Amino acid sequence: MLGAFGINIARFFVFQRFGFSSIEYKYFYYYSDALWTIFLYISVLALYQLVFKEMGVSRQIRAGSIVLLGATVVFSYLVVREHRTQLTNHFVVELSQNLYFVGVVLTYLLWAAVIKLRETRTRLVQLVLALGIYFSASAGAYALRNMYPGLPITKFIPPLAGTFLPLAWAYTFWRVSEDARLAPARLTAQNR
Amino acid sequence: MIAALILAVSFAVLLQFFVSYCRSLIAACAGEELSLDAREVTGINGRSVAGDEFGRLVQLIQLCPEAGADGNRLRAVGLYFRMMNLLRDTGRRLAPTVADWAEAERQACAYFAAVALDHRIAHSRDLLAEQSSTNF
Repeated sequence: MLGAFGINIARFFVFQRFGFSSIEYKYFYYYSDALWTIFLYISVLALYQLVFKEMGVSRQIRAGSIVLLGATVVFSYLVVREHRTQLTNHFVVELSQNLYFVGVVLTYLLWAAVIKLRETRTRLVQLVLALGIYFSASAGAYALRNMYPGLPITKFIPPLAGTFLPLAWAYTFWRVSEDARLAPARLTAQNR
Repeated sequence: MIAALILAVSFAVLLQFFVSYCRSLIAACAGEELSLDAREVTGINGRSVAGDEFGRLVQLIQLCPEAGADGNRLRAVGLYFRMMNLLRDTGRRLAPTVADWAEAERQACAYFAAVALDHRIAHSRDLLAEQSSTNF
């Protein structure tokens, strides 16, 4: 959250200095977005370590995540290399789409582990789910923009998701006590 | 092709995360007992609330001042409730088990709204007490 705060302050300065339609703001926005996604990966890793704390597999988790991130960068590069002539806009949208999608995969695996290990900590469960909503909404929006670049709705989803995440996390930290517990069976959509 | 695949997977995952997030919000309130005040205002007896009561409870909630950041939770559960309405109406014709499940979810949403109303009533009383103490 501190990282997000710093990025938004920097974005504001760039916005004030160069204006909304400037190329500088555009590039700063997208590249800081990629940086923000990497901050979120670190949050996901921290959540992984909380979930797997008792199993002592934190080193494997870290190695796996680095491999996944490296693979995403290589994959993005290969995709973009094919579109060298339109490297600018296409590159940032493609990169964001891929980075957010890696976030979706990481969060989904974490969610599967939460269900499998019958994690009951309400706070942890709500943090993971809010992160999952953020990543999947953003990945979907960037994928849609990649397919239909002029579609106006795709420009509104990432800021909306970006507002939802800090609000949901703030609510979880302020209102849900650390001792609160949930029955995992209540969370998956199945007949009761 | 890859973008289409990412879009489809992201949408499916988003739906699953959203449903689970709403269920976690509802489950967190499911264990709370309603106060006597809330029971009197809503006319609810026992722990079961009919799903159709959701709209009336939300209207009552809107009459009270907002307590903390509960507005966003209510909006999320409101959206989940509308999804369950749609699922129940569709399920009635195609799969009665799904319709029964959706009805149970609607009831859980209504109980969540009753608990939220209870919190707002308590918050309003606190505000009133605070105002009275500053006046005297």
